[in-house]
Amino acid sequence: MSSFATVDSATRQTQGDSLTAEDVQGLGAKASEDVAAYAAMLGDDALMLGQRLSWWISRAPEMEEDIALANIALDLTGHTRFLYSYAGTAWDKTEDDLAYFREEEEFRSARLMEQENGDFGQTIARQLIASYYMLGLYTALLDSKDETLAAIAAKAVKEVEYHVDHANQWVLRLGLGTELSKHRIEEGLYYMWPYVDELFEDLELHTRLAEQGIAVLPSSLRAEFDERIKHVLDTAELEIPQTPQAMSGQRTGRFSELRAYILAELQVFARKHPGATW
Amino acid sequence: MTTHPLRPTDPEAAKVWDTAASVPDPEIPVISIADLGILRDAAIIDGTAVVTITPTYSGCPAMDHITREVEEALVAAGYENSRVDLVLQPAWTTDWITEEGREQLRDYGIAPPVHAAGDPRQGPIKLTLAPPPPVPCPRCGSTRTKNIAQFGSTSCKALYSCEDCLEPFDYFKVH
Repeated sequence: MSSFATVDSATRQTQGDSLTAEDVQGLGAKASEDVAAYAAMLGDDALMLGQRLSWWISRAPEMEEDIALANIALDLTGHTRFLYSYAGTAWDKTEDDLAYFREEEEFRSARLMEQENGDFGQTIARQLIASYYMLGLYTALLDSKDETLAAIAAKAVKEVEYHVDHANQWVLRLGLGTELSKHRIEEGLYYMWPYVDELFEDLELHTRLAEQGIAVLPSSLRAEFDERIKHVLDTAELEIPQTPQAMSGQRTGRFSELRAYILAELQVFARKHPGATW
Repeated sequence: MTTHPLRPTDPEAAKVWDTAASVPDPEIPVISIADLGILRDAAIIDGTAVVTITPTYSGCPAMDHITREVEEALVAAGYENSRVDLVLQPAWTTDWITEEGREQLRDYGIAPPVHAAGDPRQGPIKLTLAPPPPVPCPRCGSTRTKNIAQFGSTSCKALYSCEDCLEPFDYFKVH
């Protein structure tokens, strides 16, 4: 198995515990180029958000949230593991190769997932949007003609339901709490709202794969998302922020510098000691 | 003790199953991977003992450990060729926890899931501040229990507190 790593490592080069392509290959087929690109794109979203949420460990406002955000991050990282392992079957790469040894411009994560944590209100605002998006996405993906994607979605959707519940509860608490808590969630929503449209933008890859019944067309998820978000915000006595949408970079990373900082922290150790395991 | 519904009837395959079923969950050592619904199949294929398991939560770190433990158990049982396969579908659900498993959880101090898992396509998520359904305390049986946190010590658990015996306990969430 080849690796993206270009530096020889003095440390032991083994698989460690990473899922092998065979683990996931045993479930279905080898992914085609397009399906692999799509799976990697979904994995990129989960990776970035999981990485952002991990920062809260030891820093959350209370112990229970420290654990909650860590658990959510763990679920997301699990989604990344399956999605990357499946994508890797097309290129003979492992989940580690895709996470640690790709360059910034090779990722296709949505900018919402990459946005800074800010304060707790800002993080919850991002969670509200991201969780409802993923709930719609994975529910629709249950019907994918690609068995492996459908199987991954079947696991992910159950976990994302708990993420949605967590976000709902916090949006309600913050919105219906004090003047300060309401202000913080309002600010958070205002900060995150410009990145909503990109989640529901149809790229050529989406259109090609949706025609084959494999991928979910992002635009098809928008109506239900709007309805659900409006319901939560109405109940929390909050408003949909009136802000323009950020110019789309079509998930390439254009018009945003945040991805580089996330990857710098995520990738540095693996790159310094390629193949290290413990 | 009732036989697990998935235990093969073929005696050779059943031996492989029993070997794998002896592996306990690393977090909850009183319950086997068979009783948790992780163990899905055992067979001898072309002279190789093949065990099939399914992951619980997507990010569950215990799965790597369980895989290794099963591999070691097969080697220790004397199988020259063996392997552990992972299946993702059908997705693992708490509905697969056996009655024995639920008892073992309760005895250990973990409240088992209170209802069956729903269809993932079911309607809108509940949106109130009302607490989740009552979970009986595994120690004293009281339903005067409080959800302290929906996310507990592991992905699968929530943290509860009993207002009668005053002890905290873990709850295995419906999945």
